[in-house]
Amino acid sequence: MSLEQFSKRDATPGYIYYNAEKTPKTSWEFFKRAFSRSIKGELFVGLWIVLREMFAKGNTHTVSYPQEKLEMGPRYRAIHKLLRLQESGSERCIGCGLCEKICISNCIRMETKIDENSRKEVSQYTINFGRCIFCGYCAEVCPELAIVHGSDYENASEQRSSFGLKEDMLTPLDDFKANKQQEFPGFGALSPDADSFVKKTPLAY
Amino acid sequence: MGDYAIIIETVIKAVVVLAVVAGMAAFATFIERKVLAFMQRRLGPMNVGPHGVLQLAADGIKLFTKEDLIPQLAVKPIFKIAPVIAPACAFTAMAAVPFFPQFTVFGYTITPIISDINIGILFVMGVASAGMYAPLLAGMSSTNKWALLGAARTVVQLLSFEVVSGLALLSPIMMIGSLSLIDINDYQIGGFTSWLVWQQPLAFLLFVIAGFAETNRTPFDLIEYEAEIVSGYATDYSGMRWGLFFVGEYANMITVSFLVSIVFLGGYNPLWIIPGGIMILLKISAFIFLFLWVRAAWPHIRPDQMMQLCWKILMPLALINILLTGIVNI
Repeated sequence: MSLEQFSKRDATPGYIYYNAEKTPKTSWEFFKRAFSRSIKGELFVGLWIVLREMFAKGNTHTVSYPQEKLEMGPRYRAIHKLLRLQESGSERCIGCGLCEKICISNCIRMETKIDENSRKEVSQYTINFGRCIFCGYCAEVCPELAIVHGSDYENASEQRSSFGLKEDMLTPLDDFKANKQQEFPGFGALSPDADSFVKKTPLAY
Repeated sequence: MGDYAIIIETVIKAVVVLAVVAGMAAFATFIERKVLAFMQRRLGPMNVGPHGVLQLAADGIKLFTKEDLIPQLAVKPIFKIAPVIAPACAFTAMAAVPFFPQFTVFGYTITPIISDINIGILFVMGVASAGMYAPLLAGMSSTNKWALLGAARTVVQLLSFEVVSGLALLSPIMMIGSLSLIDINDYQIGGFTSWLVWQQPLAFLLFVIAGFAETNRTPFDLIEYEAEIVSGYATDYSGMRWGLFFVGEYANMITVSFLVSIVFLGGYNPLWIIPGGIMILLKISAFIFLFLWVRAAWPHIRPDQMMQLCWKILMPLALINILLTGIVNI
């Protein structure tokens, strides 16, 4: 497309043009505008609207925060959680290190070792929340749905390291046994129609 | 003996006025926050005391205990004295305002006016305008560009509204023939229909508009408008020095409300079965509410628009009004 075509393009469909009042030229037009604006009563419309809102019942938008709390949407990205396997209760994390690799602010650190069953075990898992930007890549990349974003947004604490250690994020075994770990519907979780996207691995080559 | 009695009486009156008006000013801040909140679909202060009533106390403690910062390059004596001017002028102006009708306590007749001088309204207007020295000196002494702009705007504002308020008051004064606020009040003693607002609607309107400008309330709050000049003249102030500006502003609001009520709305004359003292309280409450209501509803105007409004529209209207009053009352 040449520049001429580009600058001539018609933006009319979908646009609503506002007929603004013309800028007055002569002093008589200025006077007419000032006069019509003076008697138009637009200011009183404004007064009426705020008065109506003042006396309307129950239309306050304030959430009195410590007593009432907003329910966060399932896709809200707050402090992370490490989940356990539904059946056995052992950790879901397989120590693959993808989250550590993808983390764009380099705030995830994990140490792994081979345990006595010669399985890979995560011995340490920390997130530096001073650096975390809550982008959600770790939850998205995790193949096991082990690390997810919770909805607990109240993360003021005395310690910089709070919330970021493995034992803070991992579902406690007691809670797990009491069936309190909910399968996470939020960030990084599979969508309900995830099965339909599974394809057979092409073996044609 | 009589001399001593009048001195003691005056001192007591002055202290009572100071205490009551300062309390009203403080309470007006709470009312303002609540009314604005309801108009903007919020709740306002809710946590300190029932529905946030004790928020005043919390704010007071905060203001009194906050560190008093003085910028290093500020002109220190002027910087320190400027906040005192605002409430001092506002409260001095109240000396000539009759608050209530006179009443008798233990056989002793009390006139609730500190000093009934025969140029009452002139005194009130003059001293209240002298209060504009507070933002002017504060802005100029604090070596801060925002503050300096605020100070410059103060002068612009003073020059604009003072002409309108003076000329607007002239026509009712021409009808009454006295500058004493008590005489002005007594002129409207004949009930609802004798209120001056029916004979001088234009002067009433002009004076209310000028009153908004005089108290720096919203359509004309250009000397401390946050979006343009941070906090204007008060940018460098903190703690109680800043609080003094606030007390002065709210005391000024109360003074202007009293003036409008006395000059145009029948003052403290009783209406039907409502006694005069209640009447004037109702009127000034309505006016304080109007101040808050307008703040919630209207945007503020630029300094050039303010000057245009005052000099090109309101002042000619005031002059026409004076002319008409003169022709009618000839």
